[in-house]
Amino acid sequence: MSAYATIAFDAAKCDGCGKCMSACSIQKVGADDTARSRIQIGGSADAGFELALCRQCGDPRCVAVCPAGALSKDGASGVIGWDATKCVDCLLCTVGCAYAGIALDAEAGHVAKCDMCAGAPACVPACPTGALRHVTTARIYNEVGHWEDLFAPGLAGCQGCNTELLMRHTLRRAGPDTVLATPPGCVPGMGSVGFNGTTGTKVPVFHPLLTNTAAMLAGIKRQYERKGREVLAMAIAGDGGASDVGFQSLSGAAERNERIFFMVVDNEGYMNTGMQRSSCTPYGAWTSTTPVGVGKGPAGMPSQGKTQDAKNLPLIMVNHRCEYVATASTAYMEDLYDKLDKAIAASKRGFAYLHVYSPCTTGWRFPTDQNMEVARKAVETNFVTLWEYTPQEGLSFTRRIDQPLPVTEYLKAMGRFRHLSNDQISHIQSKVVENLAFVKQLAQVAKV
Amino acid sequence: MPNTKYLVVGSSHAALEAVQAIRMHDSEGSLTLLTRDSHLPYSPTVLPYVVSGRSAPNAVALRDDAYFTQHKVDFVRGKAVKSLHADRNAVELDDGSEIAYERLLLATGASPAIPPIEGIGSVSYHVLRTLDDATKLNAAMKQAKQAVVMGAGLVGMHAAENLVKAGVPVTIVEMAKQLTDGYFDATAAGLIEKAFTDNGAKILTGSRVVKLAPSSLGATLTLDSGATLEADLLLVATGVRANIGFLNGSGALVAHDRGILVDETMQTSAANVWAAGDVAQAKGFFSEDKVMNAILPDAAEQGRIAGQAMVGDPGLRRYPGGIPLNTYHFFGRHAISVGSSKVPEGGEVFTRFDEASGRYLKAIFLDGRLRGIYGVNEFFDGGVMCQLILRGTDLTPVKERFLAEPMKVGRELMSKLWR
Ligand SMILES: Cc1cc2nc3c(=O)[nH]c(=O)nc-3n(C[C@H](O)[C@H](O)[C@H](O)COP(=O)(O)OP(=O)(O)OC[C@H]3O[C@@H](n4cnc5c(N)ncnc54)[C@H](O)[C@@H]3O)c2cc1C
Repeated sequence: MSAYATIAFDAAKCDGCGKCMSACSIQKVGADDTARSRIQIGGSADAGFELALCRQCGDPRCVAVCPAGALSKDGASGVIGWDATKCVDCLLCTVGCAYAGIALDAEAGHVAKCDMCAGAPACVPACPTGALRHVTTARIYNEVGHWEDLFAPGLAGCQGCNTELLMRHTLRRAGPDTVLATPPGCVPGMGSVGFNGTTGTKVPVFHPLLTNTAAMLAGIKRQYERKGREVLAMAIAGDGGASDVGFQSLSGAAERNERIFFMVVDNEGYMNTGMQRSSCTPYGAWTSTTPVGVGKGPAGMPSQGKTQDAKNLPLIMVNHRCEYVATASTAYMEDLYDKLDKAIAASKRGFAYLHVYSPCTTGWRFPTDQNMEVARKAVETNFVTLWEYTPQEGLSFTRRIDQPLPVTEYLKAMGRFRHLSNDQISHIQSKVVENLAFVKQLAQVAKV
Repeated sequence: MPNTKYLVVGSSHAALEAVQAIRMHDSEGSLTLLTRDSHLPYSPTVLPYVVSGRSAPNAVALRDDAYFTQHKVDFVRGKAVKSLHADRNAVELDDGSEIAYERLLLATGASPAIPPIEGIGSVSYHVLRTLDDATKLNAAMKQAKQAVVMGAGLVGMHAAENLVKAGVPVTIVEMAKQLTDGYFDATAAGLIEKAFTDNGAKILTGSRVVKLAPSSLGATLTLDSGATLEADLLLVATGVRANIGFLNGSGALVAHDRGILVDETMQTSAANVWAAGDVAQAKGFFSEDKVMNAILPDAAEQGRIAGQAMVGDPGLRRYPGGIPLNTYHFFGRHAISVGSSKVPEGGEVFTRFDEASGRYLKAIFLDGRLRGIYGVNEFFDGGVMCQLILRGTDLTPVKERFLAEPMKVGRELMSKLWR
């Protein structure tokens, strides 16, 4: 079994320009004739734009009803191919498909369907609004899907939490020659250090204090080096442990350029112990220690969530001139994987730091099926930015958002910002602009 | 006695879909696919193209030996089931041997129904249901000087077109008042008839062959009008009959009418026995009555449901009932029909006909919901229309637009409702 690339359509971004259809027809029949395009956009600006396109179904009905063996699904690419030499033009496939994914090209006198242009669909780059995306994340599954999962089955995360995904992917990539530190937080809460005397990982794992994670891990790594064994010494820590009480040991290890890989799962608070604020909690956010509507805020107003801005921990790590520093998001797994690879490689030379923005279903209060969407919105609004840094190359964006959504698109996706006043929203929007400008300046510096 | 967990009889659409569904859920359980045909699996629907020479007989297989090896299917061809012993979970083959099964699917399809016409046994005639039939007809067509096709259903019409294109003078004799009765209405049939007569075919609707006798050319046909026709190539295409002869031993256990009666999971009245495809008689979508819906998409759908039921797949969805679906290509034109052709009480009918282009559309609604839609030279996505019927989507708000542009509006609805 393999996973497949696909073409994704976001109707909200489509403006009906039809460039995808032109590109398709030019590619496939050599003429700009949208009626012959294999991707069909319908609908209207008022009623919303609609898509008809082959979904390359896993269990395709068109194939099942073809009497001539002219349609077949390619196991390697996932594409349902059409064989002109076998087709008898009976049109039964058009009756089998419920998605209008294969239809008569009246001019050719045959059916026609999307074949993904041999892996480089012409429609996607033609789309000026980003409504069409070529999603190729499947390659990750194909690459690592058969590698051993190094966490025990059945971790006890909250419903909808993305951290289990993150942990399993990360450890798969890290491989079995890893020693893992998971300080107090959601990760051991979910079972990394186990229950009843059995660990939840299939590699050596330990549970340092919040304060000494980086120091202990550095010591362990040095001991292994002394013994002549090459292992990856890795921490998966929360933002509270890393940015607050754990910060001095983290900063110390980074300054000494210890050969360890420190990953922070930033859910913007102490979520495991009851959703208290951390220095990574953003301005305005509700937490159990920055409540809303009770007590006295500044100038005698009822308090309205956190009154301070978040600390930008990854930028602080850049100022340690670590071997590698990057930010990532589980909404962009290919980007995350690239950074995992680089961080693991860099940790052989010195300190590697990866900061993963990780929405918290329970603490941020959004529906359990929305984790990836919230993570994506954070990036699309520039609320967080995805970049990487090395001393040689400096800082560079890995995913530039040139036309960001207004920050309200992100804020309204969850309950912890529901109470915000217009002033607070303006403050947050101005901080987004300021933070971005700041990172951009650093990116500028790098090029000098 | 050889023993198999799953025994699937037949090697066409219903059987192959069942095999696929079983293997989705149970990749190991022993599975035997048994067919009386001597070829790799193929579809009867492709045969008109074998007759015409467009498809080579060795290039129409739907599966190859590699597929069976990969999916651990024991494919046995050239052996027919003679009797079913449902009381003891075994089938008896024509060579006298027996196979025991845990779960059995009967997907034996249908065979041409030969009308009881005086003298039919005294002349030689063709039918079209198997690959061997098709290669024989292909060979005969090359020699023929005068052909008669009995029956103007889709099988007969396809064959007649092939004969016309091969330059053989052909007469189509049909009992009903119009061609393709039951598939298309009189207007659509008129368009089809015109295409045939324009190309030189002779069409005798409302005519019955009452007698057949050998003649120097081949056969003489006498019609109910008293007229006679001569033919050196006679094709009998007057309908099909379910292949249920092997029920003799189990007749009482396996309830049957015109086909084998099945429930919404394609199970028969006998324990451990399912039936699907042209051999099965299952409920219709428009009525609870059990009907014969002998079309390829339904055979595939039923086969899949039967396979899922046999293997205990929890993803099984009950059979919603058969919906007639037909596509028909003739002389470069196409006709599509989806749903019921009957206008129910209180139903509304809309037609649109453009004589110049020959574009014809007919849609039948009940309470604003689509019941049936036909088009000649008017392409729409049959699969989308079928979903609209199955879902009972209320089309009242978009009806005008829908009738003007069924393809476009159908796609919009699809994208909104189930994309
Ligand atoms: C010329 C022609 C054109 C057609 N065109 C269309 C069309 O355009 N659209 C459409 O929807 N449908 C069409 N059909 C009908 C369509 O082919 C059938 O509905 C479909 O093939 C039914 O599939 P099935 O699996 O139920 O049975 P079948 O295809 O009939 O297969 C039955 C299988 O069972 C085997 N078998 C039978 N008896 C035994 C036995 N006793 N022991 C072992 N094996 C046995 C046979 O060898 C065969 O493999 C056409 C049919 C013909 C003949």
